[in-house]
Order: sequence, then structure tokens, then C-alpha cells
Amino acid sequence: MSTKMNVSSKIYLGLVYFFLYAPIIVLIVFSFNESTSTSVMSGFSFKWYGELLRDADTINAVKNTLLIAVVSSVCATVLGTAAAVGIDKMRNKYLRSAIMNTTNIPMMNPEIVTGISLLLLFAFSSQLLGIKNALGLHTLIIAHITFVLPYVILSVLPKLHQMDHHLSEAAMDLGCTPVKSFFKVVLPSIMPGILTGFIMAFTLSLDDFVISYFVSGPEWQTLPIRLFSMTKKRVKPDMYALSTLIFFVMLVLLMLINFMQARGDKKKEKDK
Amino acid sequence: MEKDIIIDLKNIDVSYGENKILDNISLYIRDKEFITLLGPSGCGKTTTLRVIAGFTQPDCGDVIFNGKKINDLPPYKRQVNTIFQKYALFPHLNVFENIAFGLRLKKKSDKEIKERVAEMLELVNLKGFSKRNIDSLSGGQQQRVAIARALANDPKVLLLDEPLAALDLKLRKDMQVELKNIQQKLGITFIFVTHDQEEALSMSDTVVVMDNGVIQQIGTPQDIYNEPKNAFVADFIGESNILDVVMKEDFRARFSGHTFQCLDKGFGTGEAVDVVIRPEDIVVTTPDKGMISGTVTSVTFKGVHYEIIVDIRGFKWMIQSIHEQQVGDEIGLVIEPDSIHIMKKSIYSGKFGDYSSFSDEIDHLSDIEEEE
Ligand SMILES: Nc1ncnc2c1ncn2[C@@H]1O[C@H](COP(=O)(O)OP(=O)(O)O)[C@@H](O)[C@H]1O
Ligand SMILES: [Mg+2]
Repeated sequence: MSTKMNVSSKIYLGLVYFFLYAPIIVLIVFSFNESTSTSVMSGFSFKWYGELLRDADTINAVKNTLLIAVVSSVCATVLGTAAAVGIDKMRNKYLRSAIMNTTNIPMMNPEIVTGISLLLLFAFSSQLLGIKNALGLHTLIIAHITFVLPYVILSVLPKLHQMDHHLSEAAMDLGCTPVKSFFKVVLPSIMPGILTGFIMAFTLSLDDFVISYFVSGPEWQTLPIRLFSMTKKRVKPDMYALSTLIFFVMLVLLMLINFMQARGDKKKEKDK
Repeated sequence: MEKDIIIDLKNIDVSYGENKILDNISLYIRDKEFITLLGPSGCGKTTTLRVIAGFTQPDCGDVIFNGKKINDLPPYKRQVNTIFQKYALFPHLNVFENIAFGLRLKKKSDKEIKERVAEMLELVNLKGFSKRNIDSLSGGQQQRVAIARALANDPKVLLLDEPLAALDLKLRKDMQVELKNIQQKLGITFIFVTHDQEEALSMSDTVVVMDNGVIQQIGTPQDIYNEPKNAFVADFIGESNILDVVMKEDFRARFSGHTFQCLDKGFGTGEAVDVVIRPEDIVVTTPDKGMISGTVTSVTFKGVHYEIIVDIRGFKWMIQSIHEQQVGDEIGLVIEPDSIHIMKKSIYSGKFGDYSSFSDEIDHLSDIEEEE
């Protein structure tokens, strides 16, 4: 009886994973297809990957995406860490939970709403300042910082919470100014949280489409937007190649985040 | 004002919201003294240390260090170092770097730092531990690192917040001796916090007994034990029989149906007072030879002596005697004049009853609670 259950549950699990991963497997397989056919594998080749590398627009989009991801995740990490420290220091419980909720809401907000509202804000404020063609790199970066910020705050806060609050006092006792004690003692203690937050921000910025679509303007294409514009033309396997690459980059980043969180948990257990 | 006073607290008040945590604390500390703040948990000992270290600003009152007011001096500029209740060692640094932390901030040369850290490791008996991780140390070893880290800075005053509370009994006794030796060797002032009266009595030059944010008594361990100022101090330090008594006249107190001669003076006829009699000062004899007599209700063997509870006119006395008695026996008690300590009435009068509800178990439970 129990073995029967076991077999059926295994089959069920297999099915779940099959449906989850079948699209991606098909995508990967066809990205190595010789021909442009979406039904027949006519041979294995790196042709489409090569074509991708020769395509100036795509390379440009990769550059833009990386630039935006790096700048916005660095900014968001700095801002988010500072915000987390501030929130952690708050004594008033109600104010604190109010601020936490305000931080969390943008994460729950549908991306399209965030995108439209940012677009509106940029249009409104550029009109106010008398700037034409307001949309571009800077609006993309500002938008990305805005939507990744809560994730950084949320990954730094628990680390601050776990930290022995006497550590920074001990540092001051030994002669550190408050600022020095932050950099010498607090920062190293919460570093794992900061790094997790940074990679999370980087990942989210890298694969964002909806918000970027609204605030990018005509000149600045990110990779997801480029991909989307490719789908409007004839569907070619170079698109699959690009998607496959994005998938693997995301996979690596996600594994990195998981690895760091697992390491943090293990350390916590050891401390107990 | 005396010259060798290093720290002087003047009328310090601290409140958190509605709660008054320190109430008019005035206390001076002499240079090179081992002074202990003693009191039940929550009485404001840590807060007092934090005021001295500069982490808590008093609402009013002055903190004087070496004759200068330092109320507004931030912690990192004060010549005091603290050993925190849970050590607060830096987990991302090894033993060497923990101890070198303060020295590096002072921009000492590498050679100087190496020498100083080695010296400190030797002082706390941790030679060869310099490369070890903090996580890999036992509680006792972490404690030593914390001491070394604080002392490496060459402080004028060392503040120790219940440093031994987390150690087991044997280790605690060893560390008590070791700390005292370190203090005498270095000749610096130690301000030590504990809720353990035995620890306070055996280590200190001066004991400050606190309760509820108020200093109850300051004195040498002998003073505190022999001449408690009020019922709280008498009850908190050691065992004591505290009786509610009316003076017959000065030098004569009447209780338990007998008029006792005593040495404490300055009490008027008919004045209500508290009388303290230590269990070890009571002499047991036969009922006919005793000044007062009663029935033994319980006997506990304690190794050095027996702890005997005697019912005398409804009041349960505790007596420590090297002679065994049987429950139900009728015995007489003799109390010499110098064994009777008379105290003025205080807010603590009547709060501490006799030993009728006494049991070792209850005592033990409250000990555990306090260590939390
Ligand atoms: N930051 C704080 N906010 C509010 N109350 C506090 C704070 N720190 C201490 N207290 C209160 O002050 C009282 C005395 O605390 P403390 O000085 O730590 O006592 P002790 O060290 O003698 O156990 C306690 O009742 C505690 O709850
Ligand atoms: Mg305390």
C-alpha cells in the first residue's frame, strides 16, 4: 500500500516538474536548432548564439541592462541599508510597523500600476521642470531603484534584528565614534543580509520588463524590452538563444541567493 | 573634597517614560577601589553603569570624573571601559583582533599592539588563543577575552556588569579570585555589578546595596552585614531574623516575652523599631537556661551547621547551630547584647516575615529566576 502511494506521489511530482520545466527545456533545445523551424530539430548548432553576438541592438540592450542593474542595485543597497538601520533604531512600535507596511506595499502593488504611476510622475515633473524627452536612462534607473528598494530593506532588517545591540556600544566603549562603530562592527555583522539584498536587487532589475517598458523612452532598450520587440517581428531562434542565456544568468543568481541564505541559517544554528 | 575620588555621581535621576529607574543616586568611588553594586535584578545596576560609561544620559544630576563634569562627554571619550553582561565580543574578528580593537583605534604601532595583546592574553591565561575564532571559545574563555579587550585600553576604571553570572559555580569561584588578583595587580578601579550577595561580600572593598533605583546602604562588606540600615539590606544580605519591636527604653528592647539588653543606642522609650538577629549569633541551650524558648519545627543539615527553625510565640526563628536538634524538641535560646542589631523603621518594615514559609526549594527557584 505504502509503496503504491509512494509510486503515485512520485509520478505526481514528476508531472508537476514536467509542466513547470517543459517550456524552458523546449526553449533551450530549440535555441540550438540548425534551422528556423519551431517543430523539427534539424541539427545541433551554436549558430543563433553567434548571430546574437553579432546583433548590435542586442549587445547594446545587454549593456544597458547591465548598466541599469548595477547602478540601481548599488544605489538601492546603500539607500536600503541606511533605511533599515533607521527603521531598526525606531523605538515607537506603531510608527515602526506603519513604516514597514509602507515599505511592503510597493512589493504587492501590480507592476503595471507601478509602471504607469512612475511614467505619470516623470511626465508630470519633467513638464514642471520644462524638460523635453524626459524618459531615458535616468528615469529607468530611478524606477529600478524604487521598486527594488523594499527587497533590500527586507533582507537587511532581520540581520540587524539578530545582531547583539551591545556590539556597537562595545565598539564605542573602546573608542569608536558612532559612525566608526557602524562601519567597523555593525556593517560586518549585517554584511550577509546586505549581499543577499544586493543580488536580489540586481536580479530583479535585470529581468524587469513591465516597469521598464513604461519608463524607458524610445532611445533606451533593456534586454527584456529588446526581447519583446523581437517577438513582434518574425520569430527567430536567436530569441530562444537570448532567452536561454537570460534563464541561466537568473538561475545562477538565484542559486547564489539561496546559498547565502542557507549559509546564514547554518551559522545562526551554530550560534545557538 | 577628598583627592582620591575618581568618580562622583551627584543626585542622578533616570526615567524611562513613567518609570523612575534611578532615584537620586549619589555615590563616590575612590581610585583603585573594588566597589560592588548589589541588588535584585531590575533594581537599576546596569543603568547606573551605563550612566558612568556614557550610554545613558541622566535626566538630572552630575557625573564627575577626576573632578571634571563629564555629563556631555560621549562614551568613546571616557576613560572607562565596560565588560558587558553578554560580553559583546565582535564575532567577525578573532581573539587577537578583538583585544587589539581599541589599540588600533588609538593608532598604536603593530609592534606595540602585538606586545600589548600578548601581555593581556597572559594576564587572563589565554596564551596561544590569539588566532582562535570567538565562536570556538567556551563561555569562560569568552569572558576572559572580554576582560582582556577592555583592559588592553588601559582604562582608569573598569565597569563589569554581572560578568560571572553565566558561568557555572566552580568557574565562578575561580574567576572571582582571578578578577580580584587582576584588580590588585593593575591597581585600577573596578565597579562590579552582581545580584549575588556572597560574591559582593567576598570581593569588594565597598558594597553599594540598591533596590528599586534607590541606594539603600553603602559600606564595607562587614558594615553591610553587621550593621544593615534597614530590613531590606538585612534580608538581602545573608539570613536574618527580622522582628517588629517596641523599645522599652534606650538599650533595652522587649520581644518574644523577654527584655533584652542591647548595645545600639539612640532610640526613645516606646519607639517602634526593626530588630535583626543573625541565625549564627543565637546560642542554643536547654529551655530553663534560655532567655526565651520554643519548639523546633524543622532541622536541615547544611554541612558546616544545622539550620534549625524554632517556633517562639508564633514567630519562626532561624538558628544556625553545630549541634543537631530533633523536630518537636523544646529548646532555649540565648542572645547576647552585641548580637542584637536595632534599625529605624523604613518602607521595608514588615515586608519580610519570619521563616514560616521557608524552604530551600523556594530559595533555589528565585535564584534561577534572578539569573535569567
Ligand atoms: N531602555 C530601557 N527602556 C525602558 N526601560 C528600561 C530600559 N533599560 C532598563 N529599563 C528598566 O529599568 C529597570 C532597571 O534596569 P537595569 O538597570 O537593567 O536593572 P539591573 O541591571 O539591576 O537588573 C528595569 O525595570 C528595566 O526594565
Ligand atoms: Mg543588569
